[in-house]
Amino acid sequence: MISLKNLSKTYATKDGELQAVKSVSLEVAKGDIYGIIGFSGAGKSTLLRMINLLERPDTGSVHVDGVDLTSLSKKELLKRRLSLGMIFQHFNLLSNRTVSQNVSFPLEIAGVPKAKRKKRVAECLEIVGLSDKANAYPVKLSGGQKQRVGIARALATQPNVLLCDEPTSALDPQTTESILAFLKELNEKFGITIIIVTHEMEVIKTICNKVSVMENGHIVERINMRDSTFVPQSKIAQFLFRNEIEFQGKEEIANAR
Amino acid sequence: MLDNIIAVWPEIVTSLGQTFYMMVITLAVAVLVGTPLGTLLYLIRPGSIISAPRLYVAIDGIVNVIRSFPFLILLIAIIPFTRLIVGTAIGTTAVVVPLAISAIPEFARLIEQTLLDVNRGIVEAAESMGANTRQIIWKVLFSESRAGIANAITIISVSFLSFSTVAGLVGGGGIGDFAIRYGYYRYQTDIMIATVILIVIIVQILQTTGNFTVRRLNKKN
Repeated sequence: MISLKNLSKTYATKDGELQAVKSVSLEVAKGDIYGIIGFSGAGKSTLLRMINLLERPDTGSVHVDGVDLTSLSKKELLKRRLSLGMIFQHFNLLSNRTVSQNVSFPLEIAGVPKAKRKKRVAECLEIVGLSDKANAYPVKLSGGQKQRVGIARALATQPNVLLCDEPTSALDPQTTESILAFLKELNEKFGITIIIVTHEMEVIKTICNKVSVMENGHIVERINMRDSTFVPQSKIAQFLFRNEIEFQGKEEIANAR
Repeated sequence: MLDNIIAVWPEIVTSLGQTFYMMVITLAVAVLVGTPLGTLLYLIRPGSIISAPRLYVAIDGIVNVIRSFPFLILLIAIIPFTRLIVGTAIGTTAVVVPLAISAIPEFARLIEQTLLDVNRGIVEAAESMGANTRQIIWKVLFSESRAGIANAITIISVSFLSFSTVAGLVGGGGIGDFAIRYGYYRYQTDIMIATVILIVIIVQILQTTGNFTVRRLNKKN
């Protein structure tokens, strides 16, 4: 349902040009929980942000449900974005709005009438289990609660895709687990396709059915997580899947000596 | 001392009225023109929502030039313009023109800075939800920075209360002019002290009201 073809993105920086994403192609099927993993600066967030065109690719095309988003007018694109929910590492909630006003925000943007908004906000808060916090301001919430508000807000316009930019990287392990379980539930219950960018192997192992490994703007390896017999080929994938950061660290210390 | 003050009390009241008149119009113009100007500066900044680097350099330059003018010089320099706008170059109304002209870029700059403090991630989240520029300005930028905007209004009121004391130079009156005329030129120290205390009280009221409003509007902590 999402098809990225030959996407490239170059930024002009003080030290010259930085090619963040280099001719990446990617297919995501309906119902996938698709992981994109890599280290900082690998280009994975840029790639994710090109799916809803928060970043415009220099070359290539982005097809969602058969429509090439890069060919749409600004107005049509803004409308399309309603079907692509997004959540963020730092939640990005409006701090001067209450929880329910935050969830109501995308509905206001979409021009949904007030009575309908109220109903939908209540539904979404019910889904994320935060009905009792409806009138609280974000500052009073824990990280996990903030992310759940973020999810409720992304769900408000009933998107069929949820883009997740490091959704658990600012959360402690227990909260991470509960947010992941929750994303999985959304995927199963509502059939929402999820694309999740992360540097945490745990996230991939817990919920993803497919994963692409990114390094230096390229996808270096694609893995189907259902295939339990796969052997990581690239160095970075081996590193990630061995999950041996501790060992690696010791080795480095040993080498340093 | 009290007798002296009672004797000039009616004139103090008139002066306060003139100051009030100058402040209200100056602030209203500063807010009504400076807010859109500051917002424009924020939006067209290189790398911002509607990046327009050349236009930014131009407007940014104009804002800086007007802000660099010492107020007294601006007051004299734009006399022909003042006459064109309000039909006279002397009196309270005439002072409002240079006051407003100098307040607009000052306030615009404060607004630009305030908007820059809005978390870019929140703007991006709104963009991801399909918000257009108008919705981002009203529902994100102004909403998130409302405490900062209240603070900017407080700052500008206090500094322009001080600017307005120069008004006496072109017969504009006001409480500052009163203090200079009685206290300074006539060596009536008691009246000067009383007037300065009055101004201090006004500033305190402005600042306290401002702080209170900022606290009420801010839900960030």
